[in-house]
Amino acid sequence: MTNLLAASVAAQEGQQHYSPLAPEPAELVVGTLAFLIVLALVGWKLVPAIRKTLEERTEAIEGGLKKAEDAQAEAQALLAKYNEQLKEARHEASRLREEAREQGAAIIAEMKEQAQAEARRITEAAQAQIEAERQQALQSLRAEIGALSVELAGRVVGESLEDSARQSRVVDRFLEELEERARTQEQITS
Amino acid sequence: MSARLLASGSGDKFEAPGLHIFDWKPIFEGQAGLAWLTKPTLIVILAALAVILFAWRAFGNPKLVPRGVQNVGEVAYLLVRDQVARPMLGKDGDRWMPFLFSTFFFVLFMNYAGVIPVLQLPATSHIAIPIVLALAVYGMMLFLGIKHQGLVGYFKNVMFPPGLPKALYVILAPIEFLSTIILRPFTHAVRLFANMFAGHLLIAFFATVAWWFLAEKLTPLGAGVGVVGFVMTIVMTAFEIFVQSLQAFIFTLLAASYINSSLHADH
Repeated sequence: MTNLLAASVAAQEGQQHYSPLAPEPAELVVGTLAFLIVLALVGWKLVPAIRKTLEERTEAIEGGLKKAEDAQAEAQALLAKYNEQLKEARHEASRLREEAREQGAAIIAEMKEQAQAEARRITEAAQAQIEAERQQALQSLRAEIGALSVELAGRVVGESLEDSARQSRVVDRFLEELEERARTQEQITS
Repeated sequence: MSARLLASGSGDKFEAPGLHIFDWKPIFEGQAGLAWLTKPTLIVILAALAVILFAWRAFGNPKLVPRGVQNVGEVAYLLVRDQVARPMLGKDGDRWMPFLFSTFFFVLFMNYAGVIPVLQLPATSHIAIPIVLALAVYGMMLFLGIKHQGLVGYFKNVMFPPGLPKALYVILAPIEFLSTIILRPFTHAVRLFANMFAGHLLIAFFATVAWWFLAEKLTPLGAGVGVVGFVMTIVMTAFEIFVQSLQAFIFTLLAASYINSSLHADH
């Protein structure tokens, strides 16, 4: 309380000669120095630093935008180029396909022809063989017929010479039969 | 402050705070070398340190991509630049940013000392501080005016704005001279001083009322008055924060305007 009382007394005393419109010399000096120091440090050094940084940022952003624009333009150009190439490639592919189809058709036609020729050749060869075999069969048949005839003739001669009339009939009939058979065979082969 | 206010009512009678709440003795009384160190000068020094610290933390090592305090500092920088420097000075605005930024935040922090607990005294409520700042602006104004418009040209532009009837200059020239050359630094300084002085007195008054009626002499009848005083103290403190910001802004705005009037003829 004594402290407060002392302060009170001091305040009361101060009231007597304190004028708010009279500048304190100490405050003038301290205020001036403090302001100068603030100006020197903040104004001279720090504010220009941030001003420079802000300018650099503006430049960086503008530069970045420009770069992005360039990149986009480049990408567009590239895309156009690729599209062009794709179109060309498609065109080329369709051309190749067409060509292949034509070639394929040609190959198929050729193959068909070859196959037909081969078939014809095989058929002809088979026919020739059949003919040859027929001739061969005919030959061997003839020989067999000759032997058989001789045998038959021997038998006829040996068994019934007495009845020559019947013999001759038998022979005739036999020969007729042979003739008949040969004709039939001829008909079959032709 | 409360200790002093507590003591201000010496006796049974309520006594409103007066001029004595602005009167501060040296902190280390009796020490001749430190006689200059009073509460107001201490607040001036603290405010200067706060501005320097803030600017150093924000702008000391500026990054292209801002982090932390630099973000706040940039908002502060852009506030001064876009609200004060550029509107007032146009394309010269950026060149004057160092001075305007320093001035604005120095004044602002000294004003804010009025509502910061323990400090609770706006340094600018002592007229010496606004005088220093206003004189600095005034000196720059005269120097720049004479430098950019010539000695004769500057005073001619101030006192004889072109495009008026000749007879009018008889009245206008002395008025312009008085208002621009003589009164400008006073109005500039007193506007800031008076606002801070009155604001501080108001807060002190309501705080004293609250203290007196709620703590010192608590009576059923007086309690209501004390509550009003308490609430008003809070309201006035909020209002003071607004006024302190506004006055710092206006002081800087006027400084920029005065500088501009010297760089280019006003009319």
